[in-house]
Amino acid sequence: MIQIRDLLIQRNGIDALRINSLDIQRGETLTVVGPNGAGKSTLLLALAHLIKPASGEIIYEGKSQKQWDELEYRRKISFVFQSPLLMDMSVEQNVALGLTFRGTPKDEIFERVGKWMKQLGVESLSKRRAGQLSGGEAQRVSLARAFVLDPELLLLDEPFSALDPPTRAKLFEDLSALLKEDHRTAVFVTHNLNEATKLSHRIAVIVGGMLRQVGTARQIKSKPADETVAAFLHELPQ
Amino acid sequence: MTEIFNITLLSLQVSAIATVISLLMGLPFGTWLALGNFRGRSFILSIINTGMALPPVVVGLVVAIMLWRSGPLGSLHLIYTPVAIIIAQTIIAAPVVTGLTAAALEALDPRLQQQLLGLGASRGQMIWYLWREARLPLLAALMAGFGSVISEVGASMMVGGNIRGQTRVLTTAIVLETSKGEFGQALALSTLLLVLTYLINLALTWIQQKGAKK
Repeated sequence: MIQIRDLLIQRNGIDALRINSLDIQRGETLTVVGPNGAGKSTLLLALAHLIKPASGEIIYEGKSQKQWDELEYRRKISFVFQSPLLMDMSVEQNVALGLTFRGTPKDEIFERVGKWMKQLGVESLSKRRAGQLSGGEAQRVSLARAFVLDPELLLLDEPFSALDPPTRAKLFEDLSALLKEDHRTAVFVTHNLNEATKLSHRIAVIVGGMLRQVGTARQIKSKPADETVAAFLHELPQ
Repeated sequence: MTEIFNITLLSLQVSAIATVISLLMGLPFGTWLALGNFRGRSFILSIINTGMALPPVVVGLVVAIMLWRSGPLGSLHLIYTPVAIIIAQTIIAAPVVTGLTAAALEALDPRLQQQLLGLGASRGQMIWYLWREARLPLLAALMAGFGSVISEVGASMMVGGNIRGQTRVLTTAIVLETSKGEFGQALALSTLLLVLTYLINLALTWIQQKGAKK
């Protein structure tokens, strides 16, 4: 579904991410792990067409990102950030936001928003303002806002990092079930190797702005590509 | 009484029109400055911020030179007309609206832009929703713009000429009455100006606070 070739992303003139080759298959959940500032979020922003590569290319469905109409491309994707970043409006309006952008008919918005609020357990909060939600509730709304779009590709940038452990564990379980249920293609950034192992088909390790290794959890744990990867895995919470 | 009514009406008309034009110019320009990432952005912002403190009398002088019969725009015959006052007041209010718009949008979480685009917003939709998110400070920008022109006297006097029945507004009428020693009349007009300004700001504040409580 996605092929990344000779990709170089620069931020403020400095090399932020270099990937020689990476393929993501349809229906696959790829987890990206790496230390802070390694370039994990940069990869998601590049996949979402929110930053442009300095060189190399991202090929989506056989067509280079440059050849896609930017808006058409972005509308195939949903992005969930570390912080929920909800708008100052009600929960249901927040969940409906992406559908509103796409000009979806009101009846359909109502139906889909209702379904996903129920699925993520925020149906009872539908009329509540975003500012009145707890961290866990807000992140649930943020996930519902992404899933309601039925995206071809779901990008999740450490969506649980700001949550307390019990809330995080419950939300992780729910997300895991949702991803497995409909075989959605997703790229998930986390610091937690246990979550990465449970959730994903493969894990990509990025350290120091370089993609170092891609493989299953077992492959990565048993045969780290180099000392940098081994040292990083050793530091990760299990 | 009719004369006072006409002076009040003209004051409100010219200041309202100047504020609306300033908003139409300042909102997109301030947005461009806030969201843009280009060379010279800080320099333009510093110019706009300086413009927020433009002395009305200096604006009046420049506009008067431009519109004067022998000036570059003299052929338009706008000097000593309400249009001239609107031009001068727009030049006073536009930097205020622009600068405060830029500040309001810069105060939002910068990741909000990426989040909106990441949910499939077009550039136009993203800007609309950023304005919506910053609606309270944007309303404050509107109030500050209106406040800067309804209360100024220097520019209106210089380009309007304070002509009875044509370009006399509340502030220039107050100056005239004071210069004649008619302090009672001047105080009455001042009170009227204050009450009007208060009522308009009361309405805008009500809208602003209603938005804040939602």
